[in-house]
Amino acid sequence: MTELDFEFLRGYLKQRSGLALTVEKRYLVESRLGPVCRRFAAQSLHHLIATLRAPHGRDLERAVVEAMTTNETFFFRDRIPFDLFRDVVLPEVLARNAARRRLRIWCAAASTGQEPYSLAMLLQEAAPRLAGWQVDIVATDISTEVLEKAKLGLYSQFEVQRGLPVQWLLKYFTQQGDQWQIAASLRAMVEFRQLNLLQGFESLGAFDVIFCRNVLIYFDAPTKSEILARFGTSLAPGGALLLGAAETVIGLTDRLMPNPTHRGLYGHALARPPAALRAAAG
Amino acid sequence: MSQPETTCLVVDDSAVIRKVARRIIEEIGYAVSEAEDGDAALELCAKAMPDFILLDWNMPNKDGYAFLQELRRTEAGRHPKVVFCTTENDVGAIARALRAGADEYIMKPFDRDILTAKLEQVGLPQRVSA
Repeated sequence: MTELDFEFLRGYLKQRSGLALTVEKRYLVESRLGPVCRRFAAQSLHHLIATLRAPHGRDLERAVVEAMTTNETFFFRDRIPFDLFRDVVLPEVLARNAARRRLRIWCAAASTGQEPYSLAMLLQEAAPRLAGWQVDIVATDISTEVLEKAKLGLYSQFEVQRGLPVQWLLKYFTQQGDQWQIAASLRAMVEFRQLNLLQGFESLGAFDVIFCRNVLIYFDAPTKSEILARFGTSLAPGGALLLGAAETVIGLTDRLMPNPTHRGLYGHALARPPAALRAAAG
Repeated sequence: MSQPETTCLVVDDSAVIRKVARRIIEEIGYAVSEAEDGDAALELCAKAMPDFILLDWNMPNKDGYAFLQELRRTEAGRHPKVVFCTTENDVGAIARALRAGADEYIMKPFDRDILTAKLEQVGLPQRVSA
């Protein structure tokens, strides 16, 4: 792979997924695009990139973007955001939406499903308080491949060992050979959809809670600003945005602000959101 | 005044597993002692009850199940957290271990990430940054 190839690939990924491929991450290209070369019968990375330069099909574009996207995740990753959701965010939403009894949650980078299913388990534990409520968990990711795995809800022993309490493993999963499958009732709580955050997501509607953790770190500052501003629109009045520990809204948008008490939690900067937002949350 | 040291006991008949677990747990920031079977582990617990026990299930002499039953009978309210460790992932075996008083379960082979996550789950956060 030549310097020109690498520069082309950087621009290509930036344009199509927002991914900022830094020089320090150059080493990832070979390991991740090797399998794509084999799949598309390219003799080398140079040949693969030459194919990308010419008009090509969506399958190749998707394969390259998916291969370069990091999908590491596990159940209850980082724990604190889930504690915040259970102890702070959920009680507030339950009080605020008590009249219409509806709760909408969006996992904006769902990967293989551990985050939305972690939330589904927490909601299941809170089931008595949610009796009669309509609860939507919308889980999106840029990669159709990881979403297919997420829909199956089938995880290896290694995957369930990371973060999932053993009591919940026994309660919410069934053993399928060497793997574990999450209960059908929990799978039914989550709607998985392919979505590129660079494209519009207004059609998803307004959400009381948005989880978007460890995604913005891969984008450059203007892209982060744009996505955060649009999260501001998608967030229902009083709603909560949860970002990763290394992410923030500060200096990137004036529409959102950190929660003064709880690190990692963000809400609207305006005390009273504009009428358009209130209508969108309707 | 310094904090009292948090101690972990690794119980396994495999010297290799004990060595790997010791290295990881010491890196996380806790003191480690070792026992090669349930009898030796009970002796150590009688002298000084650890805060956390990583317990192999299949051992000669006194196995993990027998050790855990006796530990829970004699611990006198000190309740060290126990993560049992096995090469099996049979639902029945896991449920049996939990009924015997285990707090968590880990399947061999484990790595630093998994052991760290399990320690956090039972209330022993990492003290030394990775």
